[in-house]
Amino acid sequence: MKPPPFEYDDPATIDEALGLLAEHGDEAKVLAGGQSLVPLLNFRLARPERVVDVNRLDALSYIRADDGVVRIGALTRHAALERSSEVAARLPLLANAVAFVGHVQIRNRGTVGGSVAHADPAAELPVALAALEGRYHVRSQAGRRVIASDEMFVTHLTTSLEPDELLVEIEVPLPPPGTRAAFVEFARRHGDFALGGAAVVLTLDDAGTCTRARIALLAAAPTPLRAYGAETWLTGMRVDERAAVEAASRAVADVHPTGDIHGGTEYRRALVESLVRRALLQAAERR
Amino acid sequence: MTTRTISVEINGRAYWGTVEPRLLLSDFIRHEAHLTGTNVGCEHGVCGACTVQLDGEPIRSCLMLAVQADGRSVRTVEGLAPADGDLHPLQQAFHEVHALQCGFCTPGFLMTIEAFLASAPADLDERAIREALAGNLCRCTGYQNIVEAVRLAAERMRA
Repeated sequence: MKPPPFEYDDPATIDEALGLLAEHGDEAKVLAGGQSLVPLLNFRLARPERVVDVNRLDALSYIRADDGVVRIGALTRHAALERSSEVAARLPLLANAVAFVGHVQIRNRGTVGGSVAHADPAAELPVALAALEGRYHVRSQAGRRVIASDEMFVTHLTTSLEPDELLVEIEVPLPPPGTRAAFVEFARRHGDFALGGAAVVLTLDDAGTCTRARIALLAAAPTPLRAYGAETWLTGMRVDERAAVEAASRAVADVHPTGDIHGGTEYRRALVESLVRRALLQAAERR
Repeated sequence: MTTRTISVEINGRAYWGTVEPRLLLSDFIRHEAHLTGTNVGCEHGVCGACTVQLDGEPIRSCLMLAVQADGRSVRTVEGLAPADGDLHPLQQAFHEVHALQCGFCTPGFLMTIEAFLASAPADLDERAIREALAGNLCRCTGYQNIVEAVRLAAERMRA
């Protein structure tokens, strides 16, 4: 179908964008890559009075390695993340995850900040960022704040961003030396929404003992979900087949994914469990 | 009703239009520029039929507003074949190996693959081809001959 009518602004500066959000935030939607918002408009599931298009804010498109962190501008396209040698070298989990996002046509337009702000629990980047403990920098006319990794996502398609706030940067701390990571998901066809997935970041000491574990689940809950219990259990263990099986079982112990025609709750839980196990073993075997 | 006057370069020619912000790029191409080679299938970013190139990169024209293409350069299937009337090598390969049946999806495939082949490695395997095609749906061919056409075109375009 066609989008319903809306007022349209395409601010040239961040300040101008923040002014528009301050004035119209409650009735406005921010348009970034448009790969989620435009389908919602076309279906008329979203009917904002105003669309604030941030695509002219080139200042929000960057990938920068800083002191112990990588800073990713919110308007960075998925394709730029995919091609970044900086990301491939320092944050292979993100490079790994972004390759699963939609198709090339989607990744050419879709943005990192858009994926986060849309907050689909089946989206790859929010889950990878949860495992990496990314921090979200947001701005409004009132000032700036940083939203911690596990405080960003409230529920399905809902973040803790206020209507007048704009996500401007994702800050990803570099994991300690000896860290390896894996991202796995299952979809019926490549590029489809995944039925389940897992992102794993493991730090192993020289003897192969896990000193730090981060496990985040995809499409297991209304938000990206950290498996804190499994992480704690795994710390101090050798990550072998038996430990991976146990950690995966703990990761989904309290998880009740919403079933739909593509897969029921039990199926999805079993799937995520398998994927956690697989991701743990993949990460442990990486050098 | 708010409208904007925009200018979009399509296949090297400037097209002007005064449009509502909600007009999709796909509809601007078809109804304002009257270039009907770009087909609209699902209109929500799944089927890939409306794929065009924006500044050289394949995108879904149903997921972009026409106003967002103001001042940008778009290439559609009409821009593939040279002016002398010959087919583009990719179109020729599709024709020869029967990579289309009803043809509705073909413009989208062509615009995706043309951009892909421009940067594809020399040792192109079937898996890479299939992954490149994954964002375009075809309900007739079963893809076998499309994969074959891409391989054939890649071979000829390298030579």
